[in-house]
Amino acid sequence: MSYMAKFRLWRGDNGSGELTDYDVEVNEGEVVLDVLHRIQATQANDLAIRWNCKAGKCGSCSAEVNGRPRLMCLTRMNTFEEDEVVTVTPLRTFPVIRDLVTDVSFNYEKAREVPAFSPPEGLEPGDYRMQQVDVQRSQEFRKCIECFLCQNTCHAIRDHEENEKAFAGPRVLMRVAELDMHPLDTKDRREIAQDELGLGYCNITKCCTEVCPEHIQITDNALIPMKERVVDKKYDPITWLGSKIRTRSSSK
Amino acid sequence: MSTSVTGIPQGTRAQLGVKTLRTDRWWLQPLVTFLALLAFVIYATWRAFENEYYFSEPLISPLYSPCLSTSCPEGATLFGWTPFGDWYLGGLAISPALFILIFPLGFRMTCYYYRKAYYRAFWQSPPACAVAEPHRKYTGETRFPLIIQNSHRYFFYMGLIFNVILTYDAIIAFRNAQGEWGHVSIGTLILVANATFLWLYSLSCHSCRNTFGGRLKHFSQHPVRYWMWSKISILNHSHMRYAWISLIIVAGTDFYVREVAAGAIPNLYLF
Repeated sequence: MSYMAKFRLWRGDNGSGELTDYDVEVNEGEVVLDVLHRIQATQANDLAIRWNCKAGKCGSCSAEVNGRPRLMCLTRMNTFEEDEVVTVTPLRTFPVIRDLVTDVSFNYEKAREVPAFSPPEGLEPGDYRMQQVDVQRSQEFRKCIECFLCQNTCHAIRDHEENEKAFAGPRVLMRVAELDMHPLDTKDRREIAQDELGLGYCNITKCCTEVCPEHIQITDNALIPMKERVVDKKYDPITWLGSKIRTRSSSK
Repeated sequence: MSTSVTGIPQGTRAQLGVKTLRTDRWWLQPLVTFLALLAFVIYATWRAFENEYYFSEPLISPLYSPCLSTSCPEGATLFGWTPFGDWYLGGLAISPALFILIFPLGFRMTCYYYRKAYYRAFWQSPPACAVAEPHRKYTGETRFPLIIQNSHRYFFYMGLIFNVILTYDAIIAFRNAQGEWGHVSIGTLILVANATFLWLYSLSCHSCRNTFGGRLKHFSQHPVRYWMWSKISILNHSHMRYAWISLIIVAGTDFYVREVAAGAIPNLYLF
């Protein structure tokens, strides 16, 4: 069944722009990205959209649909009423390049601030041996497709641009947690997480987890465990004392 | 880039001029949370200051247990232990609940779930995902006073002591008013449910998960701790649920004990 839907798209560049209305045909089984491609093909040839796989695996088509951060390729049209206006805007946390395409280089810059994986000295590639239980936590985080919806939704930078310098965001801190939980990583990342990447800015309101299209439990499995590890190191004298008396670091 | 003003993007970000474009009822969840937590705070505050109707042999309210003042009725104290004596303020005796409630209150205030709940519902930081918060500045939990949230594990340890005491209260509730064992009343069932859900809430805690195994890098070298971490992780999925159920049951248990102690209702014995 086809019907005519009302779409409102944000058109503009470098921050200035406006919402523009389009009436467009929608067919059964389509997603928002299909409809935008139809608008692009029939009404607005210069509409800028970033997309790639159309299967929820490349993380390119992130946008905000009716105010909710989503992948456009995973947002089915049958979740809207036929007379509902569907408003699509660019990710709100990042600078607009054009229309729905934003400059997400902030995320890559922050990712570069995370010290690289540091295996034990002298351990050669190919000598790595570990059991599944030792890497299963990290594997959940490796599902990340870097759509940056979590980075976009986190209010610490979304609502406070001034915090971009101090706070790296949930995706980057999840990478820190992944490495800190890795059995072969020798670097202590707890102070880096707190002092340099701004883990304390996270107030665990879980929006990163809510919007993750891969359903990674970012808050419960990465950010809170990382906060607890920081407490072990910086705010818990008993654990600190235990680490001095016993060789807790080697037991890790 | 220029500084954003109360969450409305400026500069090179898309300037939409509104705090959110969400069309769903995003305000409903924080509103319900706000009302529920506010109701509990009002009720618990009233009961903590009421300083009566908290004990009716063999039932004691969880808000007053352990009762550590000299003024506590015989049987309400923990093996007759009254380290606080009686304190007075302006001629009025200070309620024994006020000596102990800081610990369960601190546990819940610093709990990772409740933090999410009240940051959203009370402080609107943020009120809902992708809805701009009303504050000009945000520093999260990086400085005083919110850096104190890092003390959660200490309140967790204290909470475990309270759980042991409240479990003891539930066990001695298997007596009748004359102190004879082997009886079960409605009050017994309520106190058992109270203790059970407090244990579930405590053991599903994120600090508990870290303490028992989460802080390890090599699970394979610590099979017992890995087993405990796995079980706690299962409970941890329902931490929010246990937080709410235990909160409601604590209030309900206190209310039941109050009504029994005040003589409004009898504590019906099943056998």
